[in-house]
Amino acid sequence: MTGSYDVVIVGGGHNGLVCAAYLGRAGRRVLVVEAAPGFGGCAVSAEFAPGFTVSAGAHILHMLHPKVIRDLDLAGHGLRYANTEMATVALDPGGQHLVFRGALMADDSLGAHSASDADSLAALRRRLMRFAGFVREFQATVPPRLVSAGWSNRLRLAKLGWRLRRLGRDDMREFLRVALINIADVLDDELESDLLKGAVGLDAVLGTGLGPRSPNSVFSLLYRLAGQVNGTPGALALPEGGMGAVTGAMAAAARAAGAELRADAAVRRILVENDRAAGVELESGEIIRAAAVVSNADPKTTFLTLLGAEHLDTGFVRRIANIRARGTVAKLHLALDGRPDFTGLDAAHLGGRLLIAPSLDYLERAFNPCKYGEVSPAPAIEITIPSITDRTLAPEGKHVLSAVVQYAPYELKGGWDAARDDFADKIVETIAGYAPGLARLIVARELLTPVDIERRFGVSGGHWHHCELAPDQLFMMRPVPGAGQYDTPLPGLYLCGAGTHPGGGVMGAAGMNAAGRLIECENKR
Amino acid sequence: MMPEPYEAQVLRTPFHSRTAALCRANDWSSWAGYTTVNVFTNVEQEYFAIRNSAAVFDLSPMVKYAITGADAPGFLNRLLTRDIDKLRPGRVGYAIWCNDDGKVIDDGTLFRMSDNEFRLYSQERHLPWLLDTAIGYRVSITDISETVAGLALQGPTSCAVLKALGLDGVENLEPYAMTGFDLDGHALSVSRTGFTGDLGYELWIDPSAAEQLWDRLMEAGRLHGIRPMGSAALDMARIEAGFIVANVEFFAGNMATRPDRLRSPFEIGLGWLVDFDKGHFIGRRALLREREAGSRYALVGLDIDGNKPATNAFIYRGKGTQVGVVTSAMWSPSAKRNIALASLRTPYDQPGHALWADVHVQRELKWERIAAPCRVTDKRFFNPPRRWATPAADR
Repeated sequence: MTGSYDVVIVGGGHNGLVCAAYLGRAGRRVLVVEAAPGFGGCAVSAEFAPGFTVSAGAHILHMLHPKVIRDLDLAGHGLRYANTEMATVALDPGGQHLVFRGALMADDSLGAHSASDADSLAALRRRLMRFAGFVREFQATVPPRLVSAGWSNRLRLAKLGWRLRRLGRDDMREFLRVALINIADVLDDELESDLLKGAVGLDAVLGTGLGPRSPNSVFSLLYRLAGQVNGTPGALALPEGGMGAVTGAMAAAARAAGAELRADAAVRRILVENDRAAGVELESGEIIRAAAVVSNADPKTTFLTLLGAEHLDTGFVRRIANIRARGTVAKLHLALDGRPDFTGLDAAHLGGRLLIAPSLDYLERAFNPCKYGEVSPAPAIEITIPSITDRTLAPEGKHVLSAVVQYAPYELKGGWDAARDDFADKIVETIAGYAPGLARLIVARELLTPVDIERRFGVSGGHWHHCELAPDQLFMMRPVPGAGQYDTPLPGLYLCGAGTHPGGGVMGAAGMNAAGRLIECENKR
Repeated sequence: MMPEPYEAQVLRTPFHSRTAALCRANDWSSWAGYTTVNVFTNVEQEYFAIRNSAAVFDLSPMVKYAITGADAPGFLNRLLTRDIDKLRPGRVGYAIWCNDDGKVIDDGTLFRMSDNEFRLYSQERHLPWLLDTAIGYRVSITDISETVAGLALQGPTSCAVLKALGLDGVENLEPYAMTGFDLDGHALSVSRTGFTGDLGYELWIDPSAAEQLWDRLMEAGRLHGIRPMGSAALDMARIEAGFIVANVEFFAGNMATRPDRLRSPFEIGLGWLVDFDKGHFIGRRALLREREAGSRYALVGLDIDGNKPATNAFIYRGKGTQVGVVTSAMWSPSAKRNIALASLRTPYDQPGHALWADVHVQRELKWERIAAPCRVTDKRFFNPPRRWATPAADR
């Protein structure tokens, strides 16, 4: 038995690290135990071929909460950006690529596709950004309970209503109209260029189990637009050294706050004594005792695997088991012998984010097979070549390409082992349609399917966000009613991962909110 | 002519040919999808058979689950509020189960056949709840409702009837115990249980032997005053015994849309079935909170002045503050008292409150209100020693 801690945190993903740092700063004795050899969870840099490093999970930083950056002094702990003004390029099969300088901010290249879309897009952007601002306001707060007698809780509920009302009558009406509908309808109403609609549509469905004609896909776009970089809403950034630099800074901040971090320490189960979380047992058999346990693992893993249904009530277990968390995203990493050349694309834009989703129909057709457990024959892809702006990632003159690919269903018919290589070929072929010489440059490649993501990062279902981002699994209902305020039915057990409010993406707000909630609850004991 | 199964609005129990032939009142109702007899001839006649001789009741529509597997005891300790480890093989226990909020979903009877083999019989269907409660447990749960036919044989001569049937030694069966016999080559399971508060047994057999069992039982009981009873007479007996019924004394927790309508075990007089010391069970945390904060309701027996049944009466205190409502009421022929079960708001179940029932009586189309004073009392209004005696009276 090791010494006793105030809090043991299961999982050293970015939210676990942020939570540890906040708790450490509040004077708690904290230990983070992580199954992997290093910290960071899905936000890590990994060398996938000799000399070639890539962000193995999330590959663009755009949601990291400014309060977390400030409070934990992440810059002081080594966070540097390679690029904070990453452009987005919607790749056009005809070579008339469409360039966005910022979120929903197309430059003159839009003129080649539509005469009127420039004005329409600007109007749509203004409106969506106001709504995204509304969504952003609640990221750093503990969601209120819908049924509760507490006054502070009622106040939080009232604040929610007031903020919504403050949008103004027209905006509130429009927000309530679009929040739950599908992005394709909204874009078809407002815009005419297929390429433009395809690009915005892809952003709305990235990382979700939705197609552009699925309900709720407007909300997932708002969620994305709620992110910011250096105060610019919807901006995109690349950390220097890949995503591992972000979690590296978080780990340093946690250590500086007094937290202990242990890698290669997989948790077998959460210990329960007298109906209270009492610590963890590691796979090695080692027992670590703590007054409280925080889980950075996803809710299904936390409750059904680490804790066990026997400590929970049936209704709650039922809700946990029914959480929708089936990954649809694959990640392709290519080590390249030289700089790839995209037909018709100015080399200056190669460091941006390149999208392959030339129309809403293309995107919806990519989604269709996913519903039946099949991969997209023509996938939608988000490409970054981070080595263009970050020379630490590949040897001189060589490059790494990182692509997020949809759709790759977690439950693939016939299983992934038989299909992995074919799908990787298909993705390369699709990208090569825009960058003809690509195949010849490849010296190594790695494809992470949702099953690989599940195995490697311990995320059940291989879902980025732990739980699908949909209104029935958001806010006070994330992950489920009864655990929507970071505390759980088991006294002393808390959640802090992407499966809690405000959700996934490298944001850190869940870890921050969970730390505050833990302190509030434990002080009441 | 028998309708095709898909044409029938109601199912028929394995005893239907026999009960239909004897149901001279032609008074039927639906129970769990089966058509069952309310009254065969006359409710008083059937009631007095329960109390003075022996009455037979077809309880085949009971919902029955077979629960087996290495984790079956652990699963049942999780599902039910009572401690299953204290129920030995060969014994039967009354049990309730709750939802997450500690409100009662249903009550039932648990039979422990062996260490890891159980049967749970209840009024309502609960398979989805049972299966979801079994997540993480090595246990098999099967609905066997249609594979078991059941008869209740209740009344002071019931043991004698079974002996006449050839069940040697049945008199030594203790209350809440069960055993097995051979009846003409069919396995007959007998438990000393029932819903009348009297000496009585429940008999379980394969449906193919159901009619044979009925015929043999009636033959064996001919000289012991045996007669069939319907659910109306059974309901009288259970009120006298102080037994509660789902959707009468409490609302089944899985069916309610209004959460404040539900009752915890403490609120229906079943706190004795809650064992906080056995580890976690469904609803435990909520029930601990209730134990600390106090319950909202209490289920009590009432002794009401006069002889008019206080059916559906509101209960008032003092000058007219409503404090509860009657859930079941009757004139008790055996206790010779005007009795009722009532759900009262706490603390009005405690002594010291002047309670009265607002009884409405119609006499030849004229309604009259009677403010009948009443007193909280033990709800086992009728609890004869013969119910508990072993060996049971067999003559």
